[in-house]
Amino acid sequence: MTNKNVWIAGVAVPVMIAMMLLAGSFSVAANAEPSAAAASVKIDNFVFGPQTLTVPVGTTVTWTNGDDIPHTSVSTEGVFKSKVLDTDEKFSYTFTKVGTYPYYCTIHPKMTGQIVVQ
Amino acid sequence: MPDKKQDLIDQSLQDLNNDGVDRRGFLKCMAWAGTGLVWTMSGGIPVSRAFAKGHGKDAGKGADFTFVQISDSHIGFNKPANPDVAATLQTAIDKINAMPRKPDFIIHTGDLSQLSKPSEFDTLDQVLKGASAKQIFFVPGEHDMLSDNGEQFLQRYGKGTKGTGWSSFDHKGVHFVGLVNVANLKAGGMGSLGNEQLEWLEDDLKGRSASTPIVLFAHIPLWTIYPDWGWGTDDSEQALSYVKRFGSVTVLNGHIHQIMQKVEGKVSFHTAMSTAFPQPAPGSAPSAGPMKVPAEQLQKVLGITDVNYLVSGRSLAVVDSPLGS
Repeated sequence: MTNKNVWIAGVAVPVMIAMMLLAGSFSVAANAEPSAAAASVKIDNFVFGPQTLTVPVGTTVTWTNGDDIPHTSVSTEGVFKSKVLDTDEKFSYTFTKVGTYPYYCTIHPKMTGQIVVQ
Repeated sequence: MPDKKQDLIDQSLQDLNNDGVDRRGFLKCMAWAGTGLVWTMSGGIPVSRAFAKGHGKDAGKGADFTFVQISDSHIGFNKPANPDVAATLQTAIDKINAMPRKPDFIIHTGDLSQLSKPSEFDTLDQVLKGASAKQIFFVPGEHDMLSDNGEQFLQRYGKGTKGTGWSSFDHKGVHFVGLVNVANLKAGGMGSLGNEQLEWLEDDLKGRSASTPIVLFAHIPLWTIYPDWGWGTDDSEQALSYVKRFGSVTVLNGHIHQIMQKVEGKVSFHTAMSTAFPQPAPGSAPSAGPMKVPAEQLQKVLGITDVNYLVSGRSLAVVDSPLGS
């Protein structure tokens, strides 16, 4: 696991340098350590957006409910489980392992999404 | 040899026609916030009338008995679509109490609360306490099962029920079955009854005479209205196979906050309006979320429903058409 992280850092640094060269500047996100990375999923109109979110290991994903109706974000495989999120309420989970994490809203099970952790 | 059942159905339609419903055309069912349906049992054929159509004075005339269905009170909801859902529920109860013939009981088809909070159930109880009909049967909606898998709902409203709250009872020759299709929902699926409940239902109906009128009620529709929004029940076909042999089956649901009706063989399906806020017609909006209308229009716009009846020969066919067109 440690070796893998070093390897990712080894890849990430040249990529960042390349981005800086290309863009002439760098964003806050590109500056962040992988362990402190954050990403978000917005619930709008009974849809998780984006439905598939790909993030590096260590990313904290925050779901925010933008609907007038409560929703949940619950891992299909029991990895994480939010409380009921009323309008504008949030739920966060930090993904520490590589994998694909399907999840759904237990109140409206047609609502599904997945987090891909690389 | 004329079919007696068909005659009764025709008779029911005729009654509806007398109340201003055009059997060949559209039924413009003007309704309002805080509505409910009055169900009149006449010769085993339930006939519904919306309160708002001014049929109150005729409700229950010549009937064996009447009962009222209310649904989707969503007590605790306070968004712009209806900032005072307790008031519109109160309006519904006032209407029930003003009925010239007192209904024998009330059926609430779920989503009593918005967030399953004790305070929300308390408010609901407070309002329902004022109903002239003292007996109220409940089935839970998905909003009543949040956080605690419906334990609180069962304690308050499910005494004597089985599993997650299903039960049956007989009333003046009619067999009523309350089903729960909002528990243990699977990712990507719609409503679900589950094997345990299905087995119970099969057993519950076994040995009953085929001439017994059956009323099934549950929160999510037991027929597939719009799968994209989860408006259906994955294993409802199994449940409906158990009632096939009965001569009169009526299925009452809520969840979709608008009236929809369908007749399939001897089975009539109906969904009730909400007492809280309207939801859009299937596919007419980006999602099934509450439909916001100006406050002064809430009582007029909520529950406007177009139902398309087509009668061909002696058989009745109701065609599901997109509403709100």
